[in-house]
Amino acid sequence: MPEKQDDHQHAGHSHGHSHGHPEGHRHPFQPDLEDSDYSYHQVMTEAVVELLLEKAVFTAGELRQTVESIDARSPALGARVVARAWVDPAFKERLLKDVITAAAELGIDAGGIPIRAVENTAGVHNVLVCTLCSCYPRMLIGLPPDWYKARAYRSRVVREPRAVLEEFGTKIPDDVEVRVHDSTADLRYIVLPARPADTEGLDEEALAALVTRDCMIGTAVPRAN
Amino acid sequence: MRRHHDMGGLAAGAVEQNQHDYAPWEKRVDAVLRLLWAPGRQIMTVDEMRRGIEELGPGAYDEMTYYERWIASATNNLIEKGVFSVDELGRKMAEVEARWDAERARGAQPHDDRTGKDTA
Amino acid sequence: MTSRFQIGARVRVRRAFPPGHVRTPFFVRGKVGEVTGVAGKFPNPEELAYGRDGLPVLELFRVTFRQQDLWPGYEGGAGDTTVVDIYEHWLEDVQTQDQAAEAGEGQHA
Repeated sequence: MPEKQDDHQHAGHSHGHSHGHPEGHRHPFQPDLEDSDYSYHQVMTEAVVELLLEKAVFTAGELRQTVESIDARSPALGARVVARAWVDPAFKERLLKDVITAAAELGIDAGGIPIRAVENTAGVHNVLVCTLCSCYPRMLIGLPPDWYKARAYRSRVVREPRAVLEEFGTKIPDDVEVRVHDSTADLRYIVLPARPADTEGLDEEALAALVTRDCMIGTAVPRAN
Repeated sequence: MRRHHDMGGLAAGAVEQNQHDYAPWEKRVDAVLRLLWAPGRQIMTVDEMRRGIEELGPGAYDEMTYYERWIASATNNLIEKGVFSVDELGRKMAEVEARWDAERARGAQPHDDRTGKDTA
Repeated sequence: MTSRFQIGARVRVRRAFPPGHVRTPFFVRGKVGEVTGVAGKFPNPEELAYGRDGLPVLELFRVTFRQQDLWPGYEGGAGDTTVVDIYEHWLEDVQTQDQAAEAGEGQHA
């Protein structure tokens, strides 16, 4: 849950710390912030925001709401959808047809860009990439990690996916097809991982806890604890 | 000619499994772009932003971070579309920098998470 | 109205290398794959990128390539694939291309 200032009216304000960390613990912010210094592009950002507000291109409220909606998306939302698919076969079929409509059943607004779920099976392991930029199902699972957007992953995962997966500690047997999806157009993807063995006694919430972000990118597989 | 962003299949080193918590200014860039390309508004498309990033040139990938490339592209697009002029932007950037210098001199907190205006 | 390509069709990605905003990655240009999905119609991103409306809409196809066909000496599962979403104007029917080549040879005979 993102921490929010109670009655702050500063436009665009969003709390810089992610939840779960004690106040004062510094995350790896960009160096310019740790030095209390600011960069050319931070100045540009601020200037552009102020100009756009002055010209009423959007309002301060809309900007704040949009930042909040970014903060509200996280892998936990995708994990809930996956867990429901694991326990409810009919839901899974609906999910495979249309992720956005299925997510809405759980009260999740997954946005307007179509998202396709690609299912891991005994014969196929799926992994996602956007070699050309950084397309990612942000409206369902939040912002992508740096490595997903960086050169090494984007270059290599289409060329040598198994080697890349092994760097993540994931080994796929040779007789299972590794299928890489390059999201080059207006479709986004999410991997529907397979339910791990030895999870029969777990309820939906416990199952969702097994589904990490990397499981939905395809660089990891969920494991029963 | 293969352009720098079209990197699928090229050789590269190990995947550095790093990630950072997004700074407020970075989320603000993301939010601004989403507002600009929202269906009801459509000041620019995501395609124009991507094209703008591609046209920053190969150096941009080495010299600029992800959201720096986003705001650089968005700004170029907004200038081209006449949403604001180069002069307006230049004056506003100078104003912001002067304001932040003054705040820093007063020992104020990092200022990246305020737009400095109560407009609500 | 039927799709330009059917699921199961063998298609080749055109070997063209224009500048500009192209969403067909370099690594599939000139390669042959199989249509495994028909993904709807969208305005052309190559045109949207320049502020134009991108109409008429183009059909988007999911094309599956065998890794063995994409990468010489691919070291991985024999069944490994990469699936890329490609717009119709980048794809040509493999059979048509081969027939055209044969027709060309016939004329020179």
